[in-house]
Amino acid sequence: MMSSVKPLIPDDDAARLASAFSRRGFMGAGVAGGLMATPLFAAGAAHAQDAGAAEITVDQARTAPIPIVLPALGSGVAQQITDVISADLGNCGLFRPISASMPQGTPPFATYKSMGARAVMTGKVVEQGSSLRVEFRLWDVLTGKQLQGTAYTAASQDWRRIAHVIADVIYSRLLGEQGYFNSRIAYIARSGPRARQVTRLAIMDQDGADSRYLTNGQWLTLTPRFNPANSELAFMSYANYRPRVYLFNLNTGQQRLLGDFTGISFAPRFAPNGQSVILSVTRGSGSDIFVVDLATMARRQITSSGAIDTSPSYSPDGSQIVFNSDRGGSQQLYIMSASGGEAKRISYGHGRYGSPVWSPRGDLIAFSRIANGSFSLGVMAPDGTGERILTQGFTVESPTFCPNGRVLAFCRQSSAGANGAGFATGISTIDITGFHERALPAGSASDPAWSGLNK
Amino acid sequence: MKLKLFGAAGLALFLAACSDHANKNANTGAATQQQVGPVPGSEADLVATAGDRVLFALNQNTLSSDAKATLDKQAAWLAKYPQVHVQIAGNCDDRGTEEYNIALGERRANAAHDYLVAKGVDASRITTISYGKDRPTAVGDDEASWAQNRNAITAVQ
Repeated sequence: MMSSVKPLIPDDDAARLASAFSRRGFMGAGVAGGLMATPLFAAGAAHAQDAGAAEITVDQARTAPIPIVLPALGSGVAQQITDVISADLGNCGLFRPISASMPQGTPPFATYKSMGARAVMTGKVVEQGSSLRVEFRLWDVLTGKQLQGTAYTAASQDWRRIAHVIADVIYSRLLGEQGYFNSRIAYIARSGPRARQVTRLAIMDQDGADSRYLTNGQWLTLTPRFNPANSELAFMSYANYRPRVYLFNLNTGQQRLLGDFTGISFAPRFAPNGQSVILSVTRGSGSDIFVVDLATMARRQITSSGAIDTSPSYSPDGSQIVFNSDRGGSQQLYIMSASGGEAKRISYGHGRYGSPVWSPRGDLIAFSRIANGSFSLGVMAPDGTGERILTQGFTVESPTFCPNGRVLAFCRQSSAGANGAGFATGISTIDITGFHERALPAGSASDPAWSGLNK
Repeated sequence: MKLKLFGAAGLALFLAACSDHANKNANTGAATQQQVGPVPGSEADLVATAGDRVLFALNQNTLSSDAKATLDKQAAWLAKYPQVHVQIAGNCDDRGTEEYNIALGERRANAAHDYLVAKGVDASRITTISYGKDRPTAVGDDEASWAQNRNAITAVQ
């Protein structure tokens, strides 16, 4: 199962985390200098060990969210940082933030314990010219030990990123798993009448903040996908009435055509190593799956069934793909070696199956299922067993996993009346257990694509 | 290149333009009698003469007898105007997934394309495109709307 028992992790690998978080920031000029992290050791004994740590798993936290005291780190931007940390932790459903005033000196653990809290954050924000230094400590309320102490320094405009990094550290320290808050979602922003919607490639933080358009809406634009290396999107554009897959470099804003196929190229996804893109190309009355190497643009065809083979997605180790095909008569899910060969059908429930995506954890494939005119969003094991429906609706499709595989974003659409009124399209998230569905504040949107963790 | 997806709308616009044109000529006192109707070889003419679209059953690309009759008329019309090039756009209802529907729309466009070629239209005069479920003709979500949205629409280029 998904949960293994993990202890709270003490402070002794703060240096490792410091190095992991000090890499240059994403988006080049947009993030001047990136984010630097330095360890803050516990007062008194520098390496206080968390001897009798309690154990909390994600599954336990889902039924009993972890109470955590989150005092405001200060006013102004410090309050904003606190609010983003609190929203990340509260919205993921695994934490119950408790507000309090910032303690002076040693936190009053007995008081927090009597409030039922399990952990407490302390710290402060120091504004240094155009940069911010955020000192952050995380404490185990039961033992009174410091679990983490780190000072983050970044350009002032990157305050949200510091907040997401701190929320990720809290998540990983208390749950023993990597967080996912310092990540983004590419999507298609939609506007205008339904018969001819204006579609723009867009990107936002995973919490819906800092959204912006990347294309101007002149052409129909669909299905953005993130390179796991984070600097590039693949997407489909109908530019010049030739629907094809393009690459969008997020650092430079430049776009380039991916391969020059005779048919429509569509349904791109990056390989886990980011070095190639797998996509579909129409031919006759079907579509074939190809892999295009990004360094050489050399292409390799891996299906040629004559049927519609599309929506390929790699397993995290890159050895297999899942895709949907109507080679057997109706649209179903198949898995196959990433180099081609025999495909094995894995979907056998009622209805048609599409838009499969492989979890970064490797253990699940998420999909849309269509039966009796309505959609379901579900997951199954890669061998087709254990199918679970997470949510249903008029349209629920285009699932995409967050970096740690615990949450899916997807597109939810409502049906329209005869005049088109009532149609709405938006992006929601849901826990892979089927709990905690939430609409993201992305406006009229579709086609979410979650990034990896921001570098 | 201007893509005309909506034959009926195009026809209405054309007729409006045409009647303006007729009025102007009337004002000049021109003696020739104006024939109000589509310009021969135009999109509007295709819509009026042959019909610009064929419809498909759910998840199907099979041409019905109605569809074949329409395409027969399109083939005859194209034979009459050999200089005309067309693009066939395949479309789907919204009861399928986005990417699959792009391929399904292309499959429908291709079915119409192949039929016209079999009827003697030079393949070099016909291109195909698919909009999947993203350019619905009818904006409702009911059986009647979905039936209209499962189509292949021929547009003069």
